[in-house]
Amino acid sequence: MNPYPLIVEMLQIATLIVLAPAFVGWVRTLKCWAQGRTSAGLFQPYRDLDKLFSKDILLPENASWIFRFTPYLVFGTMVLAGGIIPILSIDLPLAPTADVIVIVALFAIGRFFTALAGMDIGTAFGGMGSSREMMIASLAEPAMLMAIFTVSLANKSTSLSQIVHVIYSGQSVLRPSLSFALLAFILIALAETGRIPVDNPSTHLELTMIHEAMILEYSGRHLALIEWAGMMKLFLFVMMGMALFAPWGIAPRGDIAAIPYALVITALKLGVMGIVIVSIETGLAKMRLFRLTEFLGAAFLLATLGMLSYFILD
Amino acid sequence: MFKFYMPVNVASHIISFLAALVLLTAFGMLVQKRIYGLIRLFTWQGLFLSLNTAFVGYVANKHHLYISALLTLSLKVILLPYILHILIQRLKIRKEVETIVNVPMTMLIGIALVILSYHLTAPIRELSNLTTRSTLAVALATVMLGLLMMITRKHAVTEIMGFLAMENGLFFAATSATYGMPLVVEFGVAFDLLMAAFIFGIFFFQINTAFDSLSVEQMARLKEDD
Repeated sequence: MNPYPLIVEMLQIATLIVLAPAFVGWVRTLKCWAQGRTSAGLFQPYRDLDKLFSKDILLPENASWIFRFTPYLVFGTMVLAGGIIPILSIDLPLAPTADVIVIVALFAIGRFFTALAGMDIGTAFGGMGSSREMMIASLAEPAMLMAIFTVSLANKSTSLSQIVHVIYSGQSVLRPSLSFALLAFILIALAETGRIPVDNPSTHLELTMIHEAMILEYSGRHLALIEWAGMMKLFLFVMMGMALFAPWGIAPRGDIAAIPYALVITALKLGVMGIVIVSIETGLAKMRLFRLTEFLGAAFLLATLGMLSYFILD
Repeated sequence: MFKFYMPVNVASHIISFLAALVLLTAFGMLVQKRIYGLIRLFTWQGLFLSLNTAFVGYVANKHHLYISALLTLSLKVILLPYILHILIQRLKIRKEVETIVNVPMTMLIGIALVILSYHLTAPIRELSNLTTRSTLAVALATVMLGLLMMITRKHAVTEIMGFLAMENGLFFAATSATYGMPLVVEFGVAFDLLMAAFIFGIFFFQINTAFDSLSVEQMARLKEDD
């Protein structure tokens, strides 16, 4: 058996786990610079995770198995998704087992259990965060699937590796359907990863929290795993967007020599996307919760327009 | 004559891209609540329309389309937005525009209208052999979205914006279905539009002084039996 795909798979998952905190560190550093503050450095998320791992877990009195199980499940789904989304190469043994719809479902499982864990301990903030998170999910998921279907239609496949392969082999042109889908994807990615117009990842105000409210009662190792999974989610959304819309740099099939090059390009892409995220986040204020229907409605509209213009214009 | 070389297939891609942008601005106008935002979107729509006309002229090698593109540029990108700005400043409109149907619902109706116009223009797509035949569905959708905007808004100025958006759609339809109308007709339409804008302006002042409001709901008071 050819060991090469297996090594690539391992390397890719390692890249995901190791680089995700650095990416978040990069985003935070840029944000500090943009707001004229001194940053804690690129490696602060690693130090935070290290600190949390060395602390004891404090479990709420009435926490059930769901509360204890959720951090591992969320972390596991993110790692699994990282094995499917082409980050370094499209030669992934796991890729044929799951297409992009399954990836959306994987994210949904993680979110479902986080919401359950938020309600499990019975605090008011947990339940509030869960209900808000589910409201966002119910609006974001159809839009996300619609955007992905548009890309799938244009590339005749729902498998991410296959989509990248098709983009490599065909000539890619300025397509209205794809640019609509890209705009929709950006809006949804902001909502799904809890970035600023939708949710503020660094908030300390419980009443405005969404994601943070669900995980308020977590501590120690559990919190570290959930935080790490959140970082990986941001990383994965960036990588998924790249695979769908700008896959250049990902190693093509059976090309071992392109892997180091792919690593460099991935780092470059992450650097650029950090700048994009920070300019969105410093340019916008957090939206009122009830304006989110309009925000995600616009994402759905854009995705649907993308699909329609695939039929009408392409 | 100045000649720039651009492959025709690239130009036709740009045409469909601009068509998509026209549709996007039409949707933007449908959901935009602020009146200055509406005018800005209308200006963008005019710009995309004008660029689109110029590219169609290049692909089809029809030189009169360049003139009509210039006409669109001067009228819909510069003159009409300027007139509307002055109108709004004189009328002192500050509030957000009120809509009758809520925004997500309007979006869904808009999407249904796009599908309907795609369905309606499908037979014409089969018959025509112009490169711009696929943008006809977008043009019809722009007309319908303008109409929808006139229906869902209460404010007189936004209804006029809907009317102007409809006119944009019609102009777009003429360009994509038959490579534009004869130049005389286009000049006539442009002149009519300009006159309409002036007359609307005068009407607005009259309505405003008579009712102290530009909401069309107030006009029900015109009935004798109230």
